[in-house]
This record gives sequence, structure tokens and C-alpha cells, in this order.
Amino acid sequence: MTAATGIGARVLRTEDKRFLTGTGRYVDDLPLARATYAYFLRSPHAHAKIKSIDTSAAKKMPGIVSIFTGKDLVDAKVGGLICGWVVKDKHGQPHKAPPHPIMAVDTVRYVGDTVAMVVANSHDEAKDAAESIKVDYDVKPANIDLAKALDKGAVEVHAEAPGNLVYDWEIGVKADVDAAFAKAAHVTKLDLINNRLIPNAMEPRAAAADYDKGTGNYTLWSTSQNPHVLRLILSAFVLGIPEHKLRVIAPDVGGGFGSKIFCYADETMVCWAASRVGRPIKWTAERSESFMTDCHGRDHVTHAELALDKDGKFLAVKVATIANMGAYLSTFSTAVPTYLYATLLAGQYTTPLIYANVRAALTHTAPVDAYRGAGRPEATFVIESLVSKAAAEMKMDAAELRRKNFIPSNAFPYQTPVALQYDSGNYPPIIDEAMKIADYKGFEARRAEAKSRGKLRGIGFSSYIEACGLGPSRVIGQLGGGVGQWESAQIKFNPTGNVQVLTGAHSHGQSHETTFAQIVSDKLGVPMEQIEVVHGDTATTPFGMGSYGSRSLAVGGSAIMKASDKIIAKGKKIAAHLMEASVADVVFEQGTFKVAGTDKAVPLGAAVFAAYVPHNYPLEELEPGMDENAFYDPSNFVYPAGTQICEVEIDPDTGEVEVVAHTAVDDFGNIINPMIVDGQVHGGIVQGVGQALMENAVYDKATGQLVSGSYMDYTMPRADNVPSFKLGNKVTPCPHNPLGVKGCGEAGAIAAPAAVMNAVHNALAPLGVKHVEMPATPLNVWQSIQGARHAVAE
Amino acid sequence: MYDFAYHRPKSLADAVGLLKGKPEARVMSGGMTLIPTLKQRLAKPSDVVDLGGIKELAGIKVEGNNVVIGAMTRHAEVATSAEVKRVIAALAHLAGHIGDPQVRNRGTIGGSIANNDPAADYPAAVVALNATVTTNTGKHTADGFFKGLFETALGDGELITSVSFPKAEKAAYMKFPNPASRYAMVGVFVAKTAGGVRVAVTGAGSSVFRVKAMEDALAKNFSSAAIKDIKIPADGLNSDIHGSAEYRAHLVGVMARRAVDAANK
Amino acid sequence: MTISVGMTVNGKSVSGKVEARTLLVQFLREHLGMTGTHVGCDTSQCGACVVHVDGKSVKSCTLLAVQAEGAKVLTIEGLAESADKLHPMQEAFRENHALQCGFCTPGMVMSAIDMVKRHDYKLDEATVRRELEGNLCRCTGYHNIVKAILAAAPAMKSAGV
Repeated sequence: MTAATGIGARVLRTEDKRFLTGTGRYVDDLPLARATYAYFLRSPHAHAKIKSIDTSAAKKMPGIVSIFTGKDLVDAKVGGLICGWVVKDKHGQPHKAPPHPIMAVDTVRYVGDTVAMVVANSHDEAKDAAESIKVDYDVKPANIDLAKALDKGAVEVHAEAPGNLVYDWEIGVKADVDAAFAKAAHVTKLDLINNRLIPNAMEPRAAAADYDKGTGNYTLWSTSQNPHVLRLILSAFVLGIPEHKLRVIAPDVGGGFGSKIFCYADETMVCWAASRVGRPIKWTAERSESFMTDCHGRDHVTHAELALDKDGKFLAVKVATIANMGAYLSTFSTAVPTYLYATLLAGQYTTPLIYANVRAALTHTAPVDAYRGAGRPEATFVIESLVSKAAAEMKMDAAELRRKNFIPSNAFPYQTPVALQYDSGNYPPIIDEAMKIADYKGFEARRAEAKSRGKLRGIGFSSYIEACGLGPSRVIGQLGGGVGQWESAQIKFNPTGNVQVLTGAHSHGQSHETTFAQIVSDKLGVPMEQIEVVHGDTATTPFGMGSYGSRSLAVGGSAIMKASDKIIAKGKKIAAHLMEASVADVVFEQGTFKVAGTDKAVPLGAAVFAAYVPHNYPLEELEPGMDENAFYDPSNFVYPAGTQICEVEIDPDTGEVEVVAHTAVDDFGNIINPMIVDGQVHGGIVQGVGQALMENAVYDKATGQLVSGSYMDYTMPRADNVPSFKLGNKVTPCPHNPLGVKGCGEAGAIAAPAAVMNAVHNALAPLGVKHVEMPATPLNVWQSIQGARHAVAE
Repeated sequence: MYDFAYHRPKSLADAVGLLKGKPEARVMSGGMTLIPTLKQRLAKPSDVVDLGGIKELAGIKVEGNNVVIGAMTRHAEVATSAEVKRVIAALAHLAGHIGDPQVRNRGTIGGSIANNDPAADYPAAVVALNATVTTNTGKHTADGFFKGLFETALGDGELITSVSFPKAEKAAYMKFPNPASRYAMVGVFVAKTAGGVRVAVTGAGSSVFRVKAMEDALAKNFSSAAIKDIKIPADGLNSDIHGSAEYRAHLVGVMARRAVDAANK
Repeated sequence: MTISVGMTVNGKSVSGKVEARTLLVQFLREHLGMTGTHVGCDTSQCGACVVHVDGKSVKSCTLLAVQAEGAKVLTIEGLAESADKLHPMQEAFRENHALQCGFCTPGMVMSAIDMVKRHDYKLDEATVRRELEGNLCRCTGYHNIVKAILAAAPAMKSAGV
């Protein structure tokens, strides 16, 4: 099976050639003849009424083609942006869904809210004119502090959501959980913040649109992770352009991490305005604009408790979370702190009773939606912080407490108390391997050595599990999701034997052009250089749901397997005809159809040629052509799991935290390309370290200004902030998809924050520091140490 | 950015001439501060006078007991200069930690001190080493040069031509960077020269300042132990999401002690 | 105010009419259509725009096109000897999976080549990580980028580049 280019092989990437030579084609690179350039005027206030907008002076400036405001959209009866997931609250009522106009009409609700679009012959001319637009704002107080957003008297963001409550949702039976807590020998409590993050893919969001007057067809280029979904939303809900008249192309896209899933105001405007302007329109966000307008991630305030018996067995978990939605509900926002969060609160453990209450709140900040991990990092952080804290309180080893509570390997499929049924897994060997790689045994000696240098060393665990490979459509529908989550594949052979593999998934760094080709190469025996993976264009690829939620391989790859099966099935019939054998006697191995026990053979290429030149061909029973598609709807999510161990050294004089070692052992099921998988883990770990130690989206509580509005104040992890990583790998194949794979794209970011913060707490415990909030910046750590010192002194 | 008239004079005299009568003109040295400022539309100069073509303004010379660095000398040159490393290694170390490698290829000492960003590194070196700033119209002492937030003693049409640093018997610079911008949250330059001991702090306040108590203590005993109990008041120090005034006050002590230890190595 | 500007880019003489405010990266991308050099931020920190000007690595977003008058500019498009023969640094990035989305890659490669030469082809992990201060990557976690640069240094030396 493992040919040099097949499944499991470390195949170098097809996509590298163009990226390494500067010949990639990202949206901003596209040369569009006679293009105009769009610039968006954005609100400088977190909350204000718009009394008037005067564009008269701006319209007269050089190079100006058109200027649009929210009123133009009202006059044209254009819809608003949508939230595609209806969450039912604890009383069965759908969540409050305030309107989300594409551009603000009478109220702006966050710094960065879209107020006007200027279209000009050049970017500078557009920007010059935007400065001459006179907006008369009546500035109002802003609701910024999430912890207080639902309090009585808090400034209301939308009248349609009284008290700023979008929903009050729960899972589990509170009475049962309370009863378990009442009998517990030990209860560990935690109040924690999951800090707000700004995704910051290195390519800023961009869009370009062109309208063909002759055909009435629109083309929209967008940095989208899911071009078909974007097209569906724009067509059915927002602009009303029929789907078949709107082509959405996501070319090379420079990273997404969730932030490029959603349907945004700017790309919607660029599309809508293209037919009114009569020339192509290009727009690329400036980085500071991205900071303000890309959907932010995380932003929870949580109180959590873990009940244990005297031996450390977990009896129950209860969690209360307030989740920030921002000022408007973004496309998937409502699902992230509910179905992608609370359903993971069992972790890798046999905890029998779990209750979670989540209240989603509106604030005068940018919309919050999925960001790498989307809900699962938040869940892992809660559980793994509780477990390590419990271990410390009960004076048990952190690994031992986990082991005691792992779901045993013979318990799968395992039904958790929070809806999800884990299909497979074996957790003890993972933590064993992680501890071996991390040299856990040697830690205390390293701690002592660090102490002699005046440094505090700590070690922390994070045993994560996550649910990805979105997902079974029926389940998603039951939970309120507005779309299915299947995936498509089309395997289209050409007469000369080369093949295009078209997928509804989209790669913005995930290497599908290589890994999907590997699958086809392995299954059909076609050399890699004869395979082209095509993605991102709604005109050529079958309808697909795009890439996010670590689904491309588990769902998209499975669709490719199904399509491959169809190719083989058809090929067998053709080969049987050519070999004058019965179909039942034909086998397919290493790219060739054979009749077992004979030396009759028909290479796949010959069967393909025959299908397109069907002179000697069973035309009465079989259509010509070798072009099969498949749609795959998974029967369950997939459940990658693993353990990360982080080791830090803290300088108590400055509060600086250095990550000196970080180990990750993961079970991703079968591995298609280990090099790609490792790369995903590396990147995810660093995003997790970023969350734990550096990154924080900060709004001024009084004015709602985005204080961390650029890389000058938002700390991005750099190469010198992290070490090289030590990875390990265990395999329990997924039993319900044809590849046996589990998603790997988000795991690193899901597990890492807890591993890092547990290490930080472990390092600072000797100083009496009880709690450090994320991010554990030098300032934050130093203040925590000072606080502990004063507490001791008192 | 807004458009402007661009000039690239070949001599200092031409540069000064171009600036006469143009109150909205700006001088560009390395451009590492000016160009980002212009890109953010925070300034709208009528003219930009690029000093990059004036060869006489760049270069490093040793003159007796001084290292003389031309105003347009790039940080990378200072960082790797054999002369600077020999005479005042701490200055090379400071230059080597300004910005990143690409910024160091363009940013200049003249631009840095003329701008007087509160978080810039060079002002601490100039004050701690008691350097002399030479311009086209005269000289400034270190103590007289830095006046306040983005403010220096330079007059209209006055351009820095060079900075002269005296040789140091002992010197070191310790910088605690802002985690995001990597500018100095607190940077302390400690130097013992023929003129005495000076401790200059950048990043913590609105402009570089000296810590007299530390200077007095170190003059008696140049060791970190001598200053371990000296605390800086937090009043008036900068405060932002990366560092409160109290934290910066604390870091001044930490960085000063570490600088003295490094200077003693 | 339009200014005529001329320079050598990847060995070829080029010229154009720019405004004083035109950045070098805009000249490369928009006037010359060389879109390999990318813009990732507006505070001169991300490094996606790094090119070499007269042998020095600089951020082309923080240089005016007119400042490169008469200069020799090297961009990512000028590295490979031919379609089939990549520069050893490009090759090392490929072999070590040092890129995922590819957006930071041009600037990363240009910075990497510069650091190898400045350190006379001798680098260690700590030095590489420090020298990458001006280049942000969100995808790779830097692990493979560091590996690639360490592997490329001796390869560049052998190849005499």
C-alpha cells in the first residue's frame, strides 16, 4: 500500500513550486483590466447613531467612480448578513437574531462597522475621498465589558435582544449534577477567561468582482474558505443573485483559520456594486482594517467546577459560560460556544454527569465567530485546567489523575453525557508516549537546576479530545445548523489518462493538492504528476461545504474514496469487456485490472481510453466516459485525541515565560502524509502558545477603541518565542470513514493553551500563586507573583 | 499616504537649502519611522528631503578616545563595526537589537535620536555615554539634547551630522522589549567613562532620563549589589496594556542591575 | 507628482513612472506585475514584503520606489536559475515543508538567504530564530522553517550562492 507517493508517504508538496517562486495567485495579485478600487469608511466609534452622511464633497474628488452608503442598500431592498445556525435556548425558543445590515444605516455598533464604500480609479484616490465624507455621529455609551454585558442596566446593543442576551442555553441535567456535587469528597473550582483573539492569517481578506453585462453573470473572487457556501448565502439570503449567475472563486488563499469562512460586508458590497459600477472592483483589507473587521475568536468568561471522590474519580462537571458574540451575529457564531464547546466537556474522561449553561451576549465589539478550534480549545482549557488544579489540590500526580479517569480502550464506542459518541480511541498509550518523549521522570531534576539559575520551571499536561470532521448532516440539522455538512468529489479522467480531482473542500495551506492526489494515486495507481487537484471555483468544482473544522480529509477525502470506488467499479466492467471475462473475476491492483489466475491485464489508462473512444466497448450496458462524482455525508464526527506536555521557565524578576519544551502525541487515525500532519500540529501549537502567553484583543472599556489594533500592540508569536517541538503519533483508525482518518488541522491549537497554562501554574505554585489569567504576559505573571507575595505578607 | 514632493540632495548644504522656507517639509533618514507614519496618514508633509544620497553623513571613525558615527550610519553597520565593538561594545550590542534585520539595514542613528521616540534605544546610549551631538550649526551635549516626548533641541533647518561617543571603561545596555512591538518597554544603559558613571533609562518615561541615585551608588561601588535597594518611583512612567507604571519602575531596577553585571563581565 | 524611476530587478533593467509616495512593493506588484512580493501588514513588522536592494534585505513596504533608483533589486521571482532548478533555499523549504499557505514565504526565503550570507553560512537554531524576528508566519509554527534554513546553509555554500 505504501508506495513512495501513496497513502502514508512523506510526499513533497505539489503547491510549493508556485509559492516558492512567487507565482501563486492570491486575490490581490489578480490583474483585472480597467479595475476600480474600493475603500471602506468605517466607524471610529463603538456605538453611535448616524445622524447624516454627506458624500457630496467626496463624490467630486479626482478619480471617484461611485460612493455607496447603507441607505443605497435599503433603497435597493438588499438583505442583511445572516447567522446560519439557529440555537434553541433552554426553553426551546430560537435565539434572538437582530438584523445585520451590510452597511450601517442609522447605528454603528463597533469600531470598524462599515459606513460607506468608495470606488475609485486608485486605492489612494478612494482613501482620499473617504476622508472627505462627512458623517455626523451622535456618540453613545458603549457596552464593552463581557462580564457585565448581561447585567441589568448594561447599554443595549440591539433592541431585538433585550439585555443583550442572544440565548440562554444549557446541556445536561442540572439537578443530577448538583446532587453529585453535594456528595463529592472534593470540589475543584475555577474562574477563568478564554481570551479574545484576532486570527491574523498572513494574507489580509480581499475580494474582487466583475459583472458581465452581456450574460448578467457575476464573478466574485474572495479569500473564502468555502466558495460555494459564500455563493449560497449571497444568492439565497443577501443579494438575491441567482446561484447559477454568480461564480465565486477562491484562488490561492493565504491562511484562514476560520476567519475566512464567513460572509462579510466588504466582499458582499464589492459583489453587489460590480454591476452598478460597470467595471471590475478590487478590494484588499489593510492589516489594521483586518484587525477591526475580521471575526475575532474565543472570548469567554467561565466558572467551572469538578467534583471528585476521595480517590480522584471524576463524579461530575458543571460549567457556566458567558460567550461574546460581538455586535452582530456572524455566520456560525451561535454554534461555537454551544455545540462545538459544551459537547466536549467530557474530555477523555468517564465523567458521568455534566451540566453546562452558556449565555451568549452582545457587546459593542467586532463579531466573534470560529477561530482554529472553534469551541474545542475553550472546552479543553476548562477541563484540563480543572483537572490539573484538582491534581494539585489533592496532591496527586497530574498524569496519574488523568489516567485514573481515562475512558478505557474497550469502552468504545463511548457515549458521553454531552451528546457526542466517541467512536474509537486509546488514551493511556498516548500519555505514556508523551511522558517518555518529554522525559517527565527527569522533570524535578530540571526544576532544581533551573532554580539554581534563579528560574522557576514548570510542567503542564493537556489531554485533549475534539470533535471535528463536520459532520453528520442530520445531527447538524437537529442542532439548528442551516446547511448540510457532507462533501463532494469528482474524479474526471481525460482520454490520455491524466485526471482531475475536483473537490468541494478548499486549501488555504492544508496541502490538499498533494494529499488528495496521494489518495487517488494510491487507490487508482495513477502517478502523482498525472493528477491535478482542483478546488475553489464554483464554476468547475462540484458543490462543496469548504474547509474548516478539520473536515477536508475525513469528509472530503472520504468523498474522493467513494468516487474512486465508482471509477474502479466502472473500470472493472470495461476491463471485463476488453478481457472477455466476467466482471466478478476482475480484480484491480496497483493501477491494473486483472483476471486472477491468468496473465490477462488491462491498465487503468487503457480502460480510460476505451471509455472515451468506445469502439470495443459494452455500449449497450455502459455509458462512455470516465468521470465519477460522489457525495459523502459522515455518520459521526471524528474524534482525534492526544496529550501535550509543555515545560516552561519563568523569570520571577520580569515575569517572562519561556517555553523550553513542548511535546505533542496525537491519535489522528490513519495518516495520509506524516509531514503535512506534523506541520499542522506545529502551527496549531504556536497559535495555542500565542493564546496562552501573548495574544489578546483588547478594547478600551470606556471608549470601545481597539487598543490592540496592529502588530505594535497585538503580540504575534515569532520564531524566537517558541522552541522546536517533539511529536509522537498513535493510531486508532476511525471506524466509520473509508480512510480511517481523524482531522488534524486544529488539534495543536486546541490542546496547547491548557498545556502551557498548566505549566505556568505548576512553575508559580511554590510562590503561592493561585491563578494566572490568559494571556500570561510578563506583566500579568509579575503582577500575579506580587499579588501572592502580598497575600503571604498579610 | 498623501503625495509629496521628493528630493534627494547630494550634499548637506543642498539639504539645508531645500528645507528653507518649507515649514511642512520633513527630513527622511532611514525612513523606518517616517514611512510608516506617512502610510498611516498621520503626517502630510509638502516635501520629503531624503538624506540617503549624502555620502559624507555616513561612516564610523575612531578619533582619539571617541567613536564618531555619522548621522546616516545604519544600525546594521554600527552593530557589526569592528571599531565600535572594540571601543564601546555595548553600543554595537544596542544597535544590533534595534528592530529586526531588515529595519537595521535602513534605520539610522541620526534619525533615531532626532525623532526621540520614548521607546527608542539610542537616546539611552547618548545620555549614558555623555555623547556629543554635532549638527550643521553647532554641537549639543547629551543632557541638553533630549527635551521631551518626540522633542529635541534641534532648531529649524538644523540637521544632525554625527554623534561622538567617548570610550567607556565599562558599559552595557539591557533592554526589556515590548512583546509586540519589540521596542524598549524599559531599556537601561549603564556606563563608566572618564567623566564618571551614568545610568540612562529609555522606554519607561516620555523621554530618556537619568537615575541619579543609581549613578551616585555606582560611582562608589560599581556593582549590582550597590543598587539593589534603589527603587524608582512609578509616578509619571508610561502605562499601557503591556506594562503598568509600577511594572516599568520595577523593570528599571532589574535591567539596571543586569546591565551593571554585564558591564562588569 | 510623477517621477521617472529606473532600476534593475532580477537582472533586468526596468523603468516606470511613479508618484513620490509609491512604495517599492507597489512598484514591483502593480507597475511591474511581479506579485510574488506580498503585503501582509501596515506597520513594517510582518516581513512578507522582504526583497534585497543592493545586496541588503529590506522591507519593500517601507521604502519608496524612488529610493531604489539605480539600485539592484532581487525578488523571489529572481532566485531560481530556471523552472527546474530552484535556489538551494527554495529547495530546502520544499524538502522540509517550510511553507503551508505560501503567503509569508517569499519574504521568509529572502530573509533566510540574507541571514545565511551574513553569518558566513554558519548558523545554529537560536541564531536562526532570532534572525527571523522580522518575519511572521501563522501557519507553520516556524519549526520547519528553522529546519529548512539550517539545511540550506551548507547547501548554499556548496553551490557557491
